[in-house]
Amino acid sequence: MFGPKRSKPVVLAVSSGGGHWVQMQRLAPAFGYADVHYATTEKTTSARVGDACLHVYPDANKDTPLRLLICVARMAWIVARVRPDVVISTGAAGGFLAIKLARLVGARTMFVDSIANARGLSVSARLSLGVADRVLSQWPRVAAKTGAEYRGAVI
Amino acid sequence: MIFATVGTQLPFDRLLLALDGWAKGHRGVPVLAQTGDSSQHFSTIETVSHLGMVEFEARFAAASLIVAHAGMGTILSAAEIGKPILLMPRRADLNEHRNDHQKDTAREMARLSNVTIVEDETDLHCALDQALACEFAPMAMDVDVGADMLGPLIDEIRDFVWDEQAAETPTLSLKNSVA
Repeated sequence: MFGPKRSKPVVLAVSSGGGHWVQMQRLAPAFGYADVHYATTEKTTSARVGDACLHVYPDANKDTPLRLLICVARMAWIVARVRPDVVISTGAAGGFLAIKLARLVGARTMFVDSIANARGLSVSARLSLGVADRVLSQWPRVAAKTGAEYRGAVI
Repeated sequence: MIFATVGTQLPFDRLLLALDGWAKGHRGVPVLAQTGDSSQHFSTIETVSHLGMVEFEARFAAASLIVAHAGMGTILSAAEIGKPILLMPRRADLNEHRNDHQKDTAREMARLSNVTIVEDETDLHCALDQALACEFAPMAMDVDVGADMLGPLIDEIRDFVWDEQAAETPTLSLKNSVA
């Protein structure tokens, strides 16, 4: 069983807009008929998620500390509201925050680093090592030198 | 119609000015560019700072050729529908990005049959001239999008999502998060 009185897992899929979101879309078949909630930074995404719930959070990175704080608050609200069994993220900073917060409510978490990071892990992926249950790189050689796992790639 | 996109985060005027320069000499070729956070004035190309997702996809699909920064979202979208694409990687030394990962991306994605990498204005003009000379044909090409690598990744995530055994021991995961 998943969570209290759940017959299927509640999945929170977190990704920034642009390339992170395109990669999440390619991985979406993995969710099957799970109860999927998407969280992303791009509010015009709504037309693409079908029956799934869409949550929007502000884009932020380590160079925008104020927005990062707002992002933490918003993500905490989303995690508290959704109560996910599983969090999957394709990055970037918001995905790491979601994973960090979701661990507090006992969710299982996976960070899939963007395929754009062909030479090393992103900052968010590095931070997720040791926090997330699983951190995947889409490049075998990056996985080999960082402690992330390689299990395939979106292209 | 050429559709250009440099994402919506950081400006990339080096690419857009180079494209504008080419368009000036080829006014019969309409060019629309999503410029993101750019304050630059362009003489010939039509610009929009940010398109919504649906509009973006429509413009992308309708274009004969895509000109873009080496962003993975754009590359994946082009590969999925076999759209020819010219990529110019952003350079950190010119403050076009926080680091040089687009160079790595471009180097890796050069293997895709629909991708042409250009480094600078001269390269771009040369590639655009070539594309125009063959009337932007082929309109669509078969791209090996690497389904052999996508399948195992999806399986791995599916197994993780649907792992009921792990879901039954939430106290264990709580302990791990504290440790």
